[in-house]
Amino acid sequence: MNTIVAQLQRQFQDYIVSLYQQGYLDNQFSELRKLQDEGTPDFVAEVVSLFFDDCAKLISNMSRSLPDNVDFKQVDSGVHQLKGSSSSIGARRVKNVCIAFKECCDVQNREGCLQQVDYEYKMLKTKLQDLFNLEQQILQAGGKIPQVDIN
Amino acid sequence: MGMAAESQFHVLAVDDSLFDRKLIERLLQKSSCQVTTVDSGSKALEFLGLRQGIESNDPNALSTAPVNHQEVEVNLIITDYCMPGMTGFDLLKKVKESSALKNIPVVIMSSENVPARISRCLEEGALEFFVKPVRLADLNKLKPHMMKTKLRSQKMEEIEKPSKDENGSVVAAVVSEIKDSTKTEIEILPLQQDPLLVQQGEQMLSTNNKRKSMEEGISTDRARPRFDGITTAV
Repeated sequence: MNTIVAQLQRQFQDYIVSLYQQGYLDNQFSELRKLQDEGTPDFVAEVVSLFFDDCAKLISNMSRSLPDNVDFKQVDSGVHQLKGSSSSIGARRVKNVCIAFKECCDVQNREGCLQQVDYEYKMLKTKLQDLFNLEQQILQAGGKIPQVDIN
Repeated sequence: MGMAAESQFHVLAVDDSLFDRKLIERLLQKSSCQVTTVDSGSKALEFLGLRQGIESNDPNALSTAPVNHQEVEVNLIITDYCMPGMTGFDLLKKVKESSALKNIPVVIMSSENVPARISRCLEEGALEFFVKPVRLADLNKLKPHMMKTKLRSQKMEEIEKPSKDENGSVVAAVVSEIKDSTKTEIEILPLQQDPLLVQQGEQMLSTNNKRKSMEEGISTDRARPRFDGITTAV
């Protein structure tokens, strides 16, 4: 039983490190994990879930406003919010495409930018889901989630 | 008497984003603060107004609310800058304009690092300006300030209702000393010893101090001074 836990822990560690190395996550995600403790074991999962809900909602609003080329304010405010929350979560790639989005000028470019934001957040969602699944497996096998230090 | 609750720092966090509220709440809890979150500047003012004993018509206006509003005291307000309606800056101004609230330190948070914005807030009286994402290290910087506000308001409370004591005369002397004092800054002394009181009976002090501490289980930590005659610092 010990080896299963050790294997899972190793898997978890490798996976999370790869997410950092590939730029999906940055240091802010580690800061978030530090805030979680025995009293609040679901904190990271909760905020991550809130973040993805926000992503879906904002992207949906923005994709409605973009084609009409009318409500720039809505789009600008949406990107601004997403940039802020992705930065607070440590969602590095999502944040970067939001920054690029802010630089975009004409409608065509902006639609492309929006698609990128959509792609990145969905990608991250899948990856983090895999990570949380690994966590659950470790806990169910009676092990502890390893503390991973990222530089 | 609720002494445990009183010794915790109480922070009012204001942000229109649920996501950000969750984050700041966890950060503050992790820093051992009691937290109340609201989603707008106007609700923040309502909450602070309730602190004065004014009735609220809408109990649903607050996301988290203590049962007895009179007991609630806010040691720090931390607010987002960009909010619809009343901005964090507007809220800051209102707090600083209010004689009842102006001593509560206000911290502004923003996802944007705009130097002009930062100086404007600081000039208006903000204690600090944090660029998001806020971290635990940022909140640690605030601890000394919150402690100061808490001590000051505790002393104000005690001055308003002086405690009766066997050494009644000593208490009265100390109280009038403070009232006449022109000093507005309250110093946090490293030891629970006031030079004035020490002069008045060192011998009596040391034995009484010890007995009181042991009997009442009072912490000698300077965060919770109490006027029970001779055991507290001024």
